[in-house]
Amino acid sequence: MKSLSATFTRFGGVMLLPVILALVAFVLIGRPSSWLTLTIAGLAMGMMIFLMASGLSLIFGLMDVLNFGHSAFVSFGAFIGATVLAALGIWVRGDSAFLNIAALVAAIGAATAFGALAGWFFERVIIKPVYADHLRQILITVGALIVAEEILLVIWGGTPMPVPRPAILTGSFLIGDVAVEIYRIFAFLLGLAVYVILHLTLNRTRIGLLIRAGVENREMVEALGFRIDRLFIGVFMAGSALAAMGGAMWAGYQGLITPALGSELMVMVFIVVIIGGLGSIQGSLLGALMVGLTTNYVAFLFPKLALASTMILMMIVLLWRPWGLKPAVKG
Amino acid sequence: MTNAILRLDDVHTDIAQYHILHGISLDVPEGGVHVLLGRNGAGKTTTLRSIMGLWKAKAGAIVFRGRDITAMHTSDIARLGIAFVPENMGIFGGLTVEENMRLAATHGRFDKARLDRVFAIFPAMEKFWDRQAHALSGGQKQMLAISRAIIERRDLILIDEPTKGLAPAIIRNMIDAFREIGEETTILLVEQNFLFAKALGRTVAVIDDGRIVHRGGMAELAADAELQARLLSLSLEAH
Repeated sequence: MKSLSATFTRFGGVMLLPVILALVAFVLIGRPSSWLTLTIAGLAMGMMIFLMASGLSLIFGLMDVLNFGHSAFVSFGAFIGATVLAALGIWVRGDSAFLNIAALVAAIGAATAFGALAGWFFERVIIKPVYADHLRQILITVGALIVAEEILLVIWGGTPMPVPRPAILTGSFLIGDVAVEIYRIFAFLLGLAVYVILHLTLNRTRIGLLIRAGVENREMVEALGFRIDRLFIGVFMAGSALAAMGGAMWAGYQGLITPALGSELMVMVFIVVIIGGLGSIQGSLLGALMVGLTTNYVAFLFPKLALASTMILMMIVLLWRPWGLKPAVKG
Repeated sequence: MTNAILRLDDVHTDIAQYHILHGISLDVPEGGVHVLLGRNGAGKTTTLRSIMGLWKAKAGAIVFRGRDITAMHTSDIARLGIAFVPENMGIFGGLTVEENMRLAATHGRFDKARLDRVFAIFPAMEKFWDRQAHALSGGQKQMLAISRAIIERRDLILIDEPTKGLAPAIIRNMIDAFREIGEETTILLVEQNFLFAKALGRTVAVIDDGRIVHRGGMAELAADAELQARLLSLSLEAH
């Protein structure tokens, strides 16, 4: 048993879990084309959830803040992205790849910028007065979420809003007899790029070093001469911006959005953060991929279990590792 | 004392509803090792944390090099040249030894001569340079905590019970290390281990129930068996 555990650790440990899950699913599904379609869908979904979850995990880990209002950034990101795409309809529908990409960059950029600015406002006005008080954090962030959803209703109304998808990202291409949606590949690559940037920032820069240290011991970071409160603002803005970016990507993926989008996704985002472990970007990626793949595989293999699949996954992980698969090391 | 680098004047500190420090007054002379002795719960850690601004003094004044730091932010106090080694060592377990030390170096850059000196005092730090700190032993973690405090020249180092849980052989090494560090800077050392404190201290203050009940030279206390017996029975656990 010990040698099995050592071999597992030597070949990547828990980071191997998505691969193991995919292999098990391959055996159960039997048809390579169905398996590939589900795997690509699961990876794309996982990466979009990773965008939303990574910021929440850092906010949890570094600031010890239970932000139930995180989903408001997801919803606003979705609606702002959709609105920008709708406003740039000619660019979106046109044949020019350059204009298509410009519209996409504008939509994602606007959503992300809004997320960062709203994050700054949210941290200063809503979160700052309730640091170190979890009960008040829950109450005030849930309250803020309700207000944010009402604002969404006032601005965009309650009817589902269609989201135009840039021509360059519509359709699919063939790998053998498998049709692969271009948007899913784009979502996967964008999520991967964000992960690489976050990973490099956290591991190769001084600010990243401070964030990793702050996740472990905020007090000691201050005793070394750094203002952790300023770091908090930056991390909160980045986390909110990522949530809004994830929302904008999810909007394009779904094609039709409602103001309840953020709240509906939030359960999944919290599950990802809990499965992955608090304060860890690697953990968030791992958790998001596990949730994305599990959701798609289970929906195909056992449709009746689809809704419960992520909950079951969380229960299994927590029974095995109560602190999540890859939490930030403390102390 | 006129050459005090740090002065506490009638400092009162509360933790939640508990009044812990009841008017601490203390002068820490510049240079050497100065010891604050006391039993568990006497207020030693609270005194150090009040100096660092981690728990704010509700009354009184804390003056460092003539500047009132009582209400200053912890990070600003640290930037004045005060290093803090807490009782739990404050090591970042997920970071490597190098990363732990880099955080304490100005702009993240090491002074080569200074780093070599740290390696000379604590060779284990060089050996485990790339190792994650959570994988170090208790003694090595303590060495890392102290190395981090001395990787740059500091005017004052506050150290909270560095011998706690360490093996006697490591404590002997620590005595040598502290002697060397104390030659270039001022150390305010909180201890319960009287043998360790006696080997290092130039001056001593004994705290009990949030008040200073004795202050003077360590040599005097070490030589006065009656005073020792009175203070030890009053304030210290047997070691």
